[in-house]
Amino acid sequence: MTVDWSWISDHTDDLTTLTLSHLQAALTAVLLGLVVSLPLAVVAHRVRPLRGLLLGLSNVLFTIPSIAIFVLLLPVSGLTRTTTVIGLTIYTLVVLLRNTVEGLDSVPAKTKEAAKAMGTRPLRTLLTVELPLALPVIMAGVRIATVMAISLVSVATYIGDGGLGQLFTDGFQRNFPTPVIVGVVLTLLLALVADALLVTLQYVLTPWTRRKRSA
Amino acid sequence: MIQFDTVHKRFPNGTTAVHDLTLDMPEGGVTVLVGSSGCGKTTTLRMINRMVDPTSGTIRVGGKDVLEQDAAELRRSIGYVIQQSGLFPHRTVLDNIATVPLLLGWGRRKARARAAELLETVGLAADAGKRYPHQLSGGQQQRVGVARALAADPPVLLMDEPFGAVDPVVRTQLQDELLRLQRELNKTIVFVTHDIDEAVRLGDRIAVFRTGGHLVQCASPAELLARPADDFVADFLGAERGLKLLSLTTLADVPQAPAPEGGAWTLRLDATGAPVAWRHKDAESADIPVRPLRDTDSLLSALNESIAAPSGLVARVDAAGVLTGVSSRDDIHEHAGVAHEQGREGVPSGARGTARAAQDDPHTPVKGPGQTEPRAEDGTGDTDADGAPAPTTAERSA
Repeated sequence: MTVDWSWISDHTDDLTTLTLSHLQAALTAVLLGLVVSLPLAVVAHRVRPLRGLLLGLSNVLFTIPSIAIFVLLLPVSGLTRTTTVIGLTIYTLVVLLRNTVEGLDSVPAKTKEAAKAMGTRPLRTLLTVELPLALPVIMAGVRIATVMAISLVSVATYIGDGGLGQLFTDGFQRNFPTPVIVGVVLTLLLALVADALLVTLQYVLTPWTRRKRSA
Repeated sequence: MIQFDTVHKRFPNGTTAVHDLTLDMPEGGVTVLVGSSGCGKTTTLRMINRMVDPTSGTIRVGGKDVLEQDAAELRRSIGYVIQQSGLFPHRTVLDNIATVPLLLGWGRRKARARAAELLETVGLAADAGKRYPHQLSGGQQQRVGVARALAADPPVLLMDEPFGAVDPVVRTQLQDELLRLQRELNKTIVFVTHDIDEAVRLGDRIAVFRTGGHLVQCASPAELLARPADDFVADFLGAERGLKLLSLTTLADVPQAPAPEGGAWTLRLDATGAPVAWRHKDAESADIPVRPLRDTDSLLSALNESIAAPSGLVARVDAAGVLTGVSSRDDIHEHAGVAHEQGREGVPSGARGTARAAQDDPHTPVKGPGQTEPRAEDGTGDTDADGAPAPTTAERSA
């Protein structure tokens, strides 16, 4: 299997477009996933009876095969980017919801109690104490969800989208390995870079976890 | 300042945490709530700032019913210190201290300036302000907890076993610091502990609770130790409560004499006149180090030192540490006896603890000498040790 380097240099514009499109689909899905899962996680964290229901539901959604999700969405949103993003968002939910709930659970009761005893109202406690302290666990979920979404975008090739995934079908149809290899490498690079950026973001957002006890 | 009027708290699971509690906590005083776990002392404390609401009864802070106030605003007006400090791990020490001022809308600059000021008040270095709580020792964290509670200068301070998680040495330091702060700030402090020694050390008044949320006795430390209301309180105070009582009386009134010359033991001094050690005239045994005592030290320390000293003599020094004389074991014993008798009669002993002014208990009528019937377990024999028991304190110390 050899790589046709001239094909790559002839298609740099296409490759750039596909990469950006791929990234956009994945990131939009993760952001939407966060927007949906944050309030759901707060509810699941505070209302015990709903917790099992919400987490169970996100698990069930996760078990639906990805192609089936896109097919099921077709009558709703057709062969569009929207279908891709909704499908991916559903997949990110299971990780984001579970990690956000666990992150909120991990905030020490003593700390929440102190916030209350100082006269902090519940919403402010959530925003300024609970969510910041849950951030490391939430970010772990965001990292998994992002990498997962980046790898899953390709599946949307079946509905005419799929970002870099289009390179795979192109290569298979023409029995020409170069686009497939390039697609795999670019997807991997995207995942690695996105993950590195998220690690950096977490480092910036959680200064208290950096320095260990100094003498 | 804080008044409980027939306050009852029953939790949804049916347990009664506090049973018809009526208790006044005076302004500017330290009221310590003690008792074993599950006795309702913490629930009582938490009802003051509405972390728990009572089932029935009224609680007033500064004359105002707490239930008629907005809970969050009430809490901002009351300082709160909890065990293991409960600091916010994601905020710097300075921002932790600034919590309540920020909630009150002081603005970040003013709140931080106030926080920096408080670092010094609680004895922390200025550069500690930029650190995160986990970078500090347990004792330092507890100081930050106290600073945070003091930030908005609340008149009332609630402390829930604040020094429960630090080692004994640091605990003593923190207790001393609290007493020093209290002399400066004169807050109304409610302090929960299960440690009776801590209660005796810090409290102007001690309220003893029994399981089921019953208040058994509320009295000054001296009165509590000398006249426990019942066997439960006596047991709680422990077998050494007679000695604990001595920790409340200072050495100041015990007479002193010049250090002995030419006896079996002589007191060696250093160049400044501070006592160093006892030396035997035959030099057959090694020098025995001396722990000199000041007038502000307790009779308990004096008793301890007199037992340890080979001659039975306690070296007394002035504030600068220079020898002023020695006191004999007999004199110390005699004063210990006087302290006990005063306690039994409900008279605050002449010079109470170094930190606090003596406080009369208005609820306890002072019994006349004729009514005084020493309790059996109090009569440890010390009344007879120095001859016939004297009927009154005045005659005794004359």
